[in-house]
Amino acid sequence: MMEVVLANLPALQVLLPLLTAPICFLVRKNGIAWLLAFVATLGSFVVAINLFEQVSNEGVLSYTMGGWEPPWGIEYRIDELSAFVLMLVSGIATVTLAFARKSIAKEIAPQSFALFYTALLLCLAGLLGITITGDAFNLFVFLEISSLSSYILISFGKDNRALTASFQYLIMGTIGATMLLIGIGFLYMMTGTLNMADLAARLPEVMDTNTVRAAFAFIIVGLSIKLALFPLHIWLPNAYGYAPSTVTVFLAATSTKVALYALLRFIFTIFGVEFAFGEMPLQFILIFLSVLAVFSGSLTAIFQTNIKHVLAYSSIAQIGYMMIGVALISVAGLSAGILHMFNHAIMKGCLFMALGCVYYRHGSARIEDFKGLGKTMPLTMAAFVVGGLGLIGMPLTAGFISKWYLVMAALEHGLAGAVIIFSVLAGSLLAVAYIWRVVEAAYFQAPGNDEKVEAPMALLIPTWALALATIYFGIDTQLSVGAATQAAESLMGGTP
Amino acid sequence: MLIATALASVFIRDLFAVIMVFGIYSLLSAGFFLNLNAPDVALTEAAIGAGIAPILMLGTLALTRKKWDPEPHAKKSTHTPLLPLIVVAITGAALVYATFDMPYYGDAEAPSHTHVAPRYIQESGQEIDIPNMVTSVLASYRGFDTLGEVFVIFTAGIGVLALLGFLSDGSGRKYWQFADTASLRRHTVLHVIAKILIPLILLYAFYVQFHGDYSPGGGFQAGVIFATAFILYTMISGLQAVYKIIKPELIYWTMAFGVMLYGVTGLVAMFMGGDYLDYNALDHHDPIHGQHMGILLVELGVGICVAAVMMSVFFNFAGRGIRLPEDTKEGGQ
Repeated sequence: MMEVVLANLPALQVLLPLLTAPICFLVRKNGIAWLLAFVATLGSFVVAINLFEQVSNEGVLSYTMGGWEPPWGIEYRIDELSAFVLMLVSGIATVTLAFARKSIAKEIAPQSFALFYTALLLCLAGLLGITITGDAFNLFVFLEISSLSSYILISFGKDNRALTASFQYLIMGTIGATMLLIGIGFLYMMTGTLNMADLAARLPEVMDTNTVRAAFAFIIVGLSIKLALFPLHIWLPNAYGYAPSTVTVFLAATSTKVALYALLRFIFTIFGVEFAFGEMPLQFILIFLSVLAVFSGSLTAIFQTNIKHVLAYSSIAQIGYMMIGVALISVAGLSAGILHMFNHAIMKGCLFMALGCVYYRHGSARIEDFKGLGKTMPLTMAAFVVGGLGLIGMPLTAGFISKWYLVMAALEHGLAGAVIIFSVLAGSLLAVAYIWRVVEAAYFQAPGNDEKVEAPMALLIPTWALALATIYFGIDTQLSVGAATQAAESLMGGTP
Repeated sequence: MLIATALASVFIRDLFAVIMVFGIYSLLSAGFFLNLNAPDVALTEAAIGAGIAPILMLGTLALTRKKWDPEPHAKKSTHTPLLPLIVVAITGAALVYATFDMPYYGDAEAPSHTHVAPRYIQESGQEIDIPNMVTSVLASYRGFDTLGEVFVIFTAGIGVLALLGFLSDGSGRKYWQFADTASLRRHTVLHVIAKILIPLILLYAFYVQFHGDYSPGGGFQAGVIFATAFILYTMISGLQAVYKIIKPELIYWTMAFGVMLYGVTGLVAMFMGGDYLDYNALDHHDPIHGQHMGILLVELGVGICVAAVMMSVFFNFAGRGIRLPEDTKEGGQ
């Protein structure tokens, strides 16, 4: 039994949540459905940790689906980067599910609980499937699963605008997925293979063709939509803003991160640095758009009254930082990007959970609701402040570490580097502005009534777990920086 | 023809006609796929695009209204058509640009024919030993993709249930009709024809399901065809009559059962010593037999899941025909 499990860990990583989903759908009892979902997620987190250790000790792992060797069959391929992302996604999912139970009780109708967990598990399985696979078409299939289920998750939102937000995301997401599919189709047409490693080996021969160039463009644009890279981000604020709190936490911390992972996979593993940045003017475009993303995201965030929207716009800015790191095309830059992906997932998860706590008590998360919360919900607000400091990039928080690495990487780049450093600093100042508005309302304005209405422990524990993680990864950076650097090295070193 | 129907669907204002045009469009593209030697895809497109999709859209129409509203109540759209036009033009240009270096249509030397395909064509006879290579690739070589696709369908089913209200059945709620199809039930001619057709459709579905190893077809197509028989029956006889045959509860169970059958077949292979979905492991003495068994089981899983999801989606639409007052508070609206 144990041997079978150990030999099939890569498959189980995805299968645990995937196959638990239909069972969850059938049991329908709220408590059991939650327990099943939680156990499956926790299990896949344990698997991810195992895989991460295996990869760092033994190098790249390969697993063949159906026993057919690649490129005929589908291969699961786990390298440093995918192991890191798998661990991040399943870890966040575990904390989110711990949070979910109490939080959704207030936000969605009781008869939908089981459906909710089913959709959440499917979404998780989709995201993990994208990350772990070594096959371009398989990536698309799991992208479909995760997208479809995230539309469902968003539409669970209490506010009727959740439906419109979900529909808008559906349209944008479908366009993105279709573009990705067109790109993959072109690649298949030119190389006759769908396996990523095999693609990388066969592409150079046909690199200098219009079809491959078009495929590249379609794939980059398609994934940028899923990634919400400026100016393709318009679906994001409403989707995050009107979804149930749990869903916002989960999507903000995982979905865009996985899209970034897929983008890295295509740029660095399949097309290769030389083609992507040498022949195509991708570097300039990415840096330009990312800098714009930082400014427009941060500026818009300042003027929002719904704090969920503030954080959503801030996400767009943060995605800008990650992309800047990627576009520097150096090991230092890339590892800063990956590191920020990791740190941002934790900080944003913490912030959105704190919002979820406020929502639990007040039924909305507008700036007015925050008045005096420093007194009435001290623990929630303290967690919010920790997450906020992380976003700003205060030393001793995770956000500082990734921005520090980003600035260090940019220093090697002369004039462009100066622009980047300026935008990182300016972005941080703007972050101070939008976080400060909340802090001011919470600590310097009188509450409506003085009663203590702290959120229940079931919500506070997951929130604080992420808040402490924000601090922990700001002090002990061995795990995060080490993994990010290794991942960046393997990406820059060509095919894994 | 394709272009003409596409344009027509944009310009026609009567939504009923637009849906019909969509149906024609799908049928035409099914013919197109057949021309490209992809009968399996053509069958799917014909069954879904020209069969189920228009019915669902008509169902939506029956729930809302028929005419496109010339004066929307909402404030005037602030979007200018210019930006979308530019985006579409660039996308189109990129597609045309890409065609310049593509291999020629039917070129035997094209990379897609020379790399992985030869093994599927030449070896699948010995490795899997079923005549329809499409089924070999779909269910075995790339079986995991297909599992993913079945889960996509399952997810879609979950989505419809989530939006249109789920499991409100237990609370003694009555089932209602499309307002529009109520009149159908009085037509004797329709009843007689439907009675003749339904067994044939069911039989054909089973043929497509179990003959998928030998000829175009398989679980996806069979599932859809199977579901259409029930949908036809619903339209003629009403939901209450259908629910006498299959309870909604049962449909939900089969939905999950279908995907699980696929998933668990893979797990069994795993516990018998193979990789996930490695059907060779199902029968240690005769791997080919293992392959056959595996493919039969997963195709069955696909068929069951697809049929159940299609039915559940349709019944959920149909069940909203007329709302009871106490109904209005539930569902996603």
